[in-house]
Amino acid sequence: MAERLYVGTRKGLFELAPDNGQWDIAATHFLGDPVSAVLAQGDTVYAALDLGHFGAKLWRREGAEAWQELAAPAFPPKPEDAADDPHPWSLGKIWVIEAGGLPGRLWAGTMPGGLFRSDDGGESWLLNEPLWFMPERRQWQGVAGGEQPGISSVLIDPRNPDDIRVGVSTAGVWASTDGGASWSIINEGMYNEYMPPEQKGLPIAQDIHRLARCAAHPEIVWCQHHNGVFRSEDRGHNWHEITAIRPSKFGFAVAAHPRDPDTAWFVPAVKDERRIPMDGKVVVARTRDGGRSFDVLRNGLPQRYAYDLVWRHALAIDASGERLALGSTSGGLWISEDCGDSWSAPEARLPPISVVRFASN
Amino acid sequence: MATVRFTSALKRFLAAPPAEVAGATVGEALAAVFEARPALRGYVLDDQGALRRHVAVYIGGEAVRDRVKLSDPIGPEDDIYVFQALTGG
Repeated sequence: MAERLYVGTRKGLFELAPDNGQWDIAATHFLGDPVSAVLAQGDTVYAALDLGHFGAKLWRREGAEAWQELAAPAFPPKPEDAADDPHPWSLGKIWVIEAGGLPGRLWAGTMPGGLFRSDDGGESWLLNEPLWFMPERRQWQGVAGGEQPGISSVLIDPRNPDDIRVGVSTAGVWASTDGGASWSIINEGMYNEYMPPEQKGLPIAQDIHRLARCAAHPEIVWCQHHNGVFRSEDRGHNWHEITAIRPSKFGFAVAAHPRDPDTAWFVPAVKDERRIPMDGKVVVARTRDGGRSFDVLRNGLPQRYAYDLVWRHALAIDASGERLALGSTSGGLWISEDCGDSWSAPEARLPPISVVRFASN
Repeated sequence: MATVRFTSALKRFLAAPPAEVAGATVGEALAAVFEARPALRGYVLDDQGALRRHVAVYIGGEAVRDRVKLSDPIGPEDDIYVFQALTGG
């Protein structure tokens, strides 16, 4: 299978391929349209669009065939007794698409907080009603002061497709061990600085920016939380804060090494309302010892007057564990072949980047 | 028969030629169009069947009033325009 990197931006999807040792843009897709999520499984690529006028759409391309529009996930008719539901029963945005570990199975995390499943390669989708109808779901808070909560992360245990972890902004980590038939909120040990004192430690009050799991050791889960970095060694039930992160603890993205449970990458920034890199320098923080210490990686990244922010889905790692990609709100795109020690940028001035993703086998 | 005309901005995504349809309300007219072109529905309406926030529908030069249930009456000679309301950048 060809090596590919897909970069979803505010103005289209860019497909990159290695060319004489350098990654370069090999094709463009959906130019002009906002891309909110991408999944590339072998030669099959899924792209979610977030059209300003016409809503969230889902397209699929298989091999060299033309893109085909699929039915986007849709909410069922809103029942009358749900009139006081604070969240709309209509798809706002597809935020993440993940392979479900079974042939044809996909999961889509969305705004306003619906989790959808497909068992036919995206041809049709069903809302996961057990999670949507949890009474606590109505307490989920909107993203960044917005009206709609969002499911930013869906983690499937590579050894058991029924074991699912869902990260919600803002509503904690939810777990199912029966394929989505039942759910519980599981995250203990996190705290949310901006909440009132009595609510700081509530699992549902936690702003989970992004979750990442070590594929070979699925009990290890990393979290870039709104106010810090946390790690769990028991599948997301109990968390401890990683205080050694440098140069700051705020950020959105996290990538977990596929085999080494002690290695992960983060992209720290100045927190809360400012949301810019520390001192105008783009850096990646890497730990190789489970979070006890961090290397601050900057070789090849802009170090002067740089205000690139990296969103939740804009840091990716491939199956080798050595190749990473980083995309920014300023359209910066950097690729590393050496675990982040050095980075190079393809020749391009891209639109703001929402998602980067390597094709998987 | 009323005529429903769609913004040319949809052409990038799917075919949306003018359609002559029967119906007493905007909702009935649109439903008749979507019966023939089901993929078009999600571009105009949200999951609950209301007009998308950034889609506008005009009848004879006036915006429809009921954007949720699409109950505005239409006449057999009416031209119904479906186009995008300003958003984005």
